[in-house]
Amino acid sequence: MSAALLELDRVGRTFGGVRAVHDVSLKIQEGEIVGLIGPNGAGKTTLINAITGVPPPTSRRLRYRGTAIGHKKPNHIAALGLARTFQVVQPFPDMTVLENVMAGSLFAGGSASMADARDAAREQLEFTGLAPLADRPASKLTLANRKRLELAKSLAMRPKLLLLDEVNAGLNSAEVNQALELIGKIRARGITILIIEHLLKVVLTLCPRIVVLHHGELIADDAANDVVRDPKVIEAYLGSKFAERYGARHG
Amino acid sequence: MRRNFLILLIGLIVLAPVPFLTDTYVLRLGTTALMYVSLSLAWNMIGGFAGYPSFGMAAFFGLGAYASGILQVNGFAGPVGWIGAGLVGLAFALALGAVVLRLRGHAFAIATLVVAEVLKEITNAWNSLTGGGMGLNMPYQKMDPIAGARIYFYAMLACATISLAATILVAGSKLGFALRTIKQNEDAASMVGVNTTTAKVIAFALSGALGALVGGVYTSWINFIEPADVYDPLFSIKPIVMVLLGGSGTVFGPVLGAAAFLLLDEIVWRNFLETHTGILGLVIVLLILFLPKGLGSLSWPRLLQRSAR
Repeated sequence: MSAALLELDRVGRTFGGVRAVHDVSLKIQEGEIVGLIGPNGAGKTTLINAITGVPPPTSRRLRYRGTAIGHKKPNHIAALGLARTFQVVQPFPDMTVLENVMAGSLFAGGSASMADARDAAREQLEFTGLAPLADRPASKLTLANRKRLELAKSLAMRPKLLLLDEVNAGLNSAEVNQALELIGKIRARGITILIIEHLLKVVLTLCPRIVVLHHGELIADDAANDVVRDPKVIEAYLGSKFAERYGARHG
Repeated sequence: MRRNFLILLIGLIVLAPVPFLTDTYVLRLGTTALMYVSLSLAWNMIGGFAGYPSFGMAAFFGLGAYASGILQVNGFAGPVGWIGAGLVGLAFALALGAVVLRLRGHAFAIATLVVAEVLKEITNAWNSLTGGGMGLNMPYQKMDPIAGARIYFYAMLACATISLAATILVAGSKLGFALRTIKQNEDAASMVGVNTTTAKVIAFALSGALGALVGGVYTSWINFIEPADVYDPLFSIKPIVMVLLGGSGTVFGPVLGAAAFLLLDEIVWRNFLETHTGILGLVIVLLILFLPKGLGSLSWPRLLQRSAR
């Protein structure tokens, strides 16, 4: 079997005496789309932060395409093809939408010049449907469009692996459907995705494989159908009501 | 970028004949103005583009002044002293930047504020090299006063030109783009692959080298330097006020701001001899409150339209 695209070997992150993430081991293969779920405060975002290096993990056994990245700085990790979106969107507020996306293509997407970066950014704006808003300042966008901007910026980095942190939080159902469609198109480009998501509908639609984090530890890592039946997961996160309904619907 | 260089060229053509059209008093004002234009542009590199509020300009200015002075006292020609000053400033800023740029916001401001004080004390104490508190006299040069005034006007004009050219180049480059992302959101900048440390250190080094170069020329112009004069905190503060006045993080804002500040200073000083600092301060506070993005952000066509109505 070939080496995994991303491999976590007992990765941890402590804040003072608090173990936010503890002993998480995980492999993601090229081309996969994996859902990461768990209750609030389970350490999902902390785990993604640890992978991308801000702040770095306290136990650093991370390998990306076979190279150790636990000690690398965030900008090096980004340049290797690992991009992320933020749950609380992090645009460059006073720059235009186009400039925001240009930053991604210029510093991690391999664009040789400013002009190249601008072209590459326009392409991503077309892809995400933000092209009509290219010259607006990022601070003037609606939440749904800011989330799209996060995606466009990450895509401009030409990632191999995309870490999506709650891209659907705060969106209404029509917006969620649009976002789902977009994620589907990103997958079709062959980009591997790890997605944190609270909406089970989204996770179950997108992800054949789900991992569950609870109190900073991995309590399940399996096919989606098995994970939602796992008693530990039901107790920690899904609740018995969900299990009953899901069971009734899917047998 | 081409447009900006064109504006710079036009500015140079306008200013070039000035020394032959005026007296030494106006030349002295002009030289002072060009000095502050250069210092404002230097501060804008780190404070305007990267958004790091440095209070360290006096440290670089004073260090450059002394580097130039010490070289000249030891027999080197003025221009050698100036280049030496720029290089010393560059080296010092690289070393200092690698340490203090780990701090952000207020902590960074305080850290840079104390550097000038430390250098001043060292200069005071190191009698054998710097002349200590007695100051340093430049070697006497027999020169016609008007010829001297012209030479130093052109020398400061050269400093301002170098500073503005560097600013135009940075603003249009990948480095300038990186600095803007750092100013807006440093963590997000590193996430999109910006090497934030390198970008900040380069901006700080450019800022320091330019500030020290200006200090180096100042020594030759004034002929006598002492620690309390060249490490004066006002050399840190005035450029900041000027940049805020003109437009922080823009190319021509610092130029506009320095000119506007000195003009205001002159007008207020002439009319309110006793209370001029207070009134100047008030005017600046009002301007910054009501024009937070600086004079450069005014839309002149719209203003004219409104006043015509």
